[in-house]
Formats: sequence, C-alpha cells, structure tokens
Amino acid sequence: MNVPDVYSPQQEMMPREELLQLQLERLQATINRAYKNVPFYRRRLEEAGLQPEDFQNLDDLSKLPLTTKQDLRDAYPYDMVAVPLREVVRFHLSSGTTGPPTVIAYTANDLRHWTETVARNLMAAGVRRDDVVQIFFGYGLFSGGFGLHQGAEAIGATVLPVSSAELVQQVQIMQDFRSTVLVGMPSYALAIAEAMEQQGIDPNSLHLRVGLFGAEPWSEKTRAEIESRLYIHAYDIYGLSEMGGPGVAGECVERNGLHLAEDHFLVEVIDPSSGETLPPGHEGELVFTTLTREALPLLRYRSGDISRIDTSPCPCGRTLARMARVFRRTDDMVIIHGINVFPADVAEVLAEFPEVGKNFQLLVDRRAGHDELEIRVELTQLPSDIAHRLLQIRDQIAARLRQTLGFDFKLSLVEPRSLRVNGKPLPRVVDRRNG
Amino acid sequence: MMTGSVLLTLSGVNAYYGQLHVLKGVSLHVNEREIVALLGANGAGKTTTLRTICALLKPATGRITFAGKDIVGMRPEAVVRLGITQVPEGRQLFGPLSVRDNLLLGAYTRLCAGRKAEVLEDIERIFELFPILGERAGQRSGSLSGGEQQMLAIGRALMARPRLLILDEPCLGLAPLVARQIIHTISQLRSQGTTILLVEQNARAALSIADRGYVMETGKVVLEGSAEELLRNREVRRAYLGKDYEEV
Repeated sequence: MNVPDVYSPQQEMMPREELLQLQLERLQATINRAYKNVPFYRRRLEEAGLQPEDFQNLDDLSKLPLTTKQDLRDAYPYDMVAVPLREVVRFHLSSGTTGPPTVIAYTANDLRHWTETVARNLMAAGVRRDDVVQIFFGYGLFSGGFGLHQGAEAIGATVLPVSSAELVQQVQIMQDFRSTVLVGMPSYALAIAEAMEQQGIDPNSLHLRVGLFGAEPWSEKTRAEIESRLYIHAYDIYGLSEMGGPGVAGECVERNGLHLAEDHFLVEVIDPSSGETLPPGHEGELVFTTLTREALPLLRYRSGDISRIDTSPCPCGRTLARMARVFRRTDDMVIIHGINVFPADVAEVLAEFPEVGKNFQLLVDRRAGHDELEIRVELTQLPSDIAHRLLQIRDQIAARLRQTLGFDFKLSLVEPRSLRVNGKPLPRVVDRRNG
Repeated sequence: MMTGSVLLTLSGVNAYYGQLHVLKGVSLHVNEREIVALLGANGAGKTTTLRTICALLKPATGRITFAGKDIVGMRPEAVVRLGITQVPEGRQLFGPLSVRDNLLLGAYTRLCAGRKAEVLEDIERIFELFPILGERAGQRSGSLSGGEQQMLAIGRALMARPRLLILDEPCLGLAPLVARQIIHTISQLRSQGTTILLVEQNARAALSIADRGYVMETGKVVLEGSAEELLRNREVRRAYLGKDYEEV
C-alpha cells in the first residue's frame, strides 16, 4: 500500500475494527503501567475499588475517575512522571495565569510519536518535502513551535523557525525564502496579512500555498479572511499541551472535521456538568487518554474543549474519527496574547476587593492583529467621594490583576448592577475577535 | 515491511490454572505476514497465552479470533486445521523415528486425505530451507544435535502449512551461533509468507527480526509497540536485554 497523500497509511487508514483492538491493547498496557509507576493513579484506582485488570474492553474506561488540570498542577513538577527522570529527554511547560504550570515530559519514543502525528497533520493539509515552512508559533516552554518544527522536518520540508519575530521580519523572510507554508496562530496570520498590505505587497508575488493554524479558536469567517488575504488554503489543527502539544488532530483536504490520532489518544465526549459519557455524535467536553505515552500517561484527562466526534467514513480515505472544530470551552477560558486566561482567576483577584462585586465581564477584541482585553467590573456601591476613590480603587485592582495576568488590559469600573439584563448577569466572556 | 490485515486477535482474555488467575485480560493481535514477539520473564504468562490460542487451555472470559473466526471453545485439532501450528518448547520430536518420518507426521491430516505427492513436495521444500535435514533424512531424529532438532521441529510444524506459526522458545538451550541461525531462519519464513508469533527469552534476538512486540508481566501486557520502539524503551533494555542503566 503506497498512498502518497497520507503520512502513515497503515495507521491513518486502518479498518475501525482493528483500530479498536489496537486501542484496547494500548489502553490496557497504559493502565497497567500507570498503576505500577504513578502513585497518583494507583491511589485513584484503589480509591475507586479498581484493579488494572478490571479494564477488559474500551467501555470499561468510563469506570475510571477523570483527571483534571488541577491534578496536574498538584503534581508539579514530577509527580505524574511514570519513568525515571533520566529517561525524560524533553520537558515542556504550559502556563496558566495562576498556580504552578503544567509539566509535560517526553521520552525518546514520546518525541517520535509526537513528531509522527504532527507530520500526519501537515501532510493531510498538503505539505510536502518541497515546501518551505515558516513557523511563527513560539519556540520555548510552549510546545507549539517545536511540535510543528519536528513534524515538518520529518516530512523533509525546509523549515524556517521564525518563531515570534517582528511582523516586518516575518514578511521579509516570507519574500526572501519563498515560504510556501505558514504555521502559527490564525490571529498572527492576519497580522502578517495586514503588515503585507501596509507595505503594499501583492500576495500574488509570494509563493504561499497552505497554512496550518491553531492554538486558539478561529471561525470559518476568519478562515475565509485569511485565505482571501494571503491566497492560501487554511487548515485547522488541534492539540493541547497535556497531550503533548499539536498533533492531536488536524483537517484533511475535505475540511469537514479534524482527524484525531486515535492510535495514540482515546477520545471520549462527556457531559461537562455530570461527567457522564455521551453517546457518539453528541456535543460535549473532550476527554483524552494517552495510549502510547511513556513519560506521562494520562487517563481520562478533561480538556475543557467542547466538540463532538464523527466516526463516519471520510472521502479522503482516513478511517480516523473526526472532531468538530472547537469554538467553546467549559470554563470560559480565553486565549489572549497566547496566554490562557481563566475567568475564575480574575474572580479570585476581585474577591480581595470589597469595593467590587462578583459580577464582571471580559471583553476581548483585536485591533491591528493585537489582542485587547477590557475587564468590566461592577462596583458594590458608589463611593461618596466618587471621583477620587474610584481612581484609587481602579489602580489598585488593575495592579493586582496585572500581576496575575502578566499583560496589559483596560479596567473599567461600572455602576452597581449594571452588567445585567433583567437582573441576570451578562456573559462572563465576550470574544469579539472572530466576529 | 508492509504487513497485511489482522490474522489473530485476543481481547480481554482471562485464564486460570485452578484458582490461580494467570492471564488477566490479555489483548493482542498479529497481522498477516508479521513477526510478533511476546516477551517477558518466566511466569509472566507467555506460554499460557500460547496455550489458550492453541485451545489447550480454555479462557474463562475473553475473545480469540483467527482469520475472523471465533476459536474459543474449539478443539485443539480444529484449531490446527484452521491453520495455527505451534512448535512446542523442548521440540518434542519422535526420537526413534527418522527425520523424514517426523516430517511426514507433520502432514498427517493431508496424508490421510491422500495428498501424498503434495506432501512429498513440501518435504523437499523443507530440505531446501534446512539442507542439513535433507542430508540426515534417514537418520533417527534423536541422534540430531540440538540445533538440528529445533530445525526439524520447525520443519515438522511447517508441514501442516500453517497460516500462523507459533514458536515457543525456539532458541532455548542452543549455542549462540546455532540460535542465530534459527532466528535467521524464522525471518526467512516470514519473507516466504508465514505469519509468526514468537515467544523468546532472548529479547534482543527476537526484536531483531520482529515487527512488533508485547511485554508481559504477571499475566498482563504492560508494553506494546514496534520492535524498534521496544528496543529503545529503557525499561525493556534493563529488564530483558541485560543492559544496566549505566550502559545505555
């Protein structure tokens, strides 16, 4: 079998029945190892009255308690690592705004699997060895840049790790090195488009063909905008740092859902409030179990991302299930300047100030390719020496919030009970970036 | 090497020796034209797994399918007829019989069906594969060396024209050079189209020719992966390849 458009045809086009068998084998091995090597999971299973051998088919997985972001934070830095540290060849860290970061460890085999799954996504989007891939994801503790980099190199493409260089430089490199593929955040692609337009560069004079974008939600409208301004085909890729970063799923040319790397991840959809597993096709929170991960096996990890799974055959020939593009999260998390912002973290800071109530709103906008955040907070009551006190309170709260968020924003204090309609609070997060 | 579709599948197989729970939900599969290695320490459940496949031990629960057919509850000879043949540990040849007669016995069912010409052709093919057996065709098998006996045991199993050849410790008790020869022969068999499930203490030798492998511990599979991945896994290296941490 030789399918030029598929990176790993044997895995990506495996009959579903064989895939389910492979998943069962890998799930059992993963649970056996997690139980043996990770005290957290041994405790979890024992508390639930379970033994590793209780998992005899894929449905048994739902007996297992869910793993949360907090569990990972509590394990900082090494408590979830299932191998001796000298077997770890790489760490990546995922930053939230509060609490310790999440640590992701990789063995040599983990890196290989990661590379392979990303290569699949690139290939599915049409990237080939003749391409020049310009990557403007960040390189560093964030796993995005490295993940795509490794995948593109595995295909044999030429990689330009431009990372977070200035827009002017991005455009310059794009011209001088004849980049054919752009990889990064969709918002940044638009910023590049804008920089190009300002310099009067005609997209026709460039060699761009394809873009792979992810790490933040983006709409079909944004896709159309990117495609018409950069003259490329834009594809959605999905990943989360806890599952190793990018490579978890990616669109094929059909662009009707993202093919999941189901031979490496077992994906369930649950009702985010009850935790119940939902039948196939239903929308809910994605829950991931690693199937091949050596350094950091995670069982039933809650992603917070809302999507649904489609296992029906795809015209592209891949048998791997497709997940719907992610536009919503269970926790209202928004990604601003590439930083994960949880409203709960803002609430925690606001609780320190009796002058403001619990009701607030995050308004996210984008101007000239840059994210802007406005935080509106209801006062509990209007102070008597209004002007003077207001400014004071505002500056104090802003200073504390800045410490927490780590970037600039606009803070507005509004009248008591004004962020409501008919007494009901307005939505916590309004993201106007994708129109 | 590209391999074909799935031939053998075990899903959640549990087996007991009396009260003793020896296989705890074992799942594994073998694709056509694959060599799959089953690794693990003594008592991990490797031979028991083979016994359940050959219907010598009936699983308490779980599913075993061969070429799409459910084989749990079948009689051992029916499983052989489907195309599964095992070369048992310790060879178990008929010592007083000649090499040729041992091979003929391997094709017993076909001989009974009157397909003698075809059987004799197969014997010639075995002699091509193992020229030394041809030279000793008339010799009592009990007089062969250990390596030759192992070749004869494999040859006899091949006489049943198996779709799946199961080898339990084929290199046990053999001199390193002879063992290497046996391993080489096994990889040759695969290139001729035979699918192989191989239990072997010498993990390095097994993984050198295998496509994939499973590592068992106390009746469970704790690792699954390509031979390459398993060779790179430091736990495997330490536990089964005799490499200490300092050496890797």
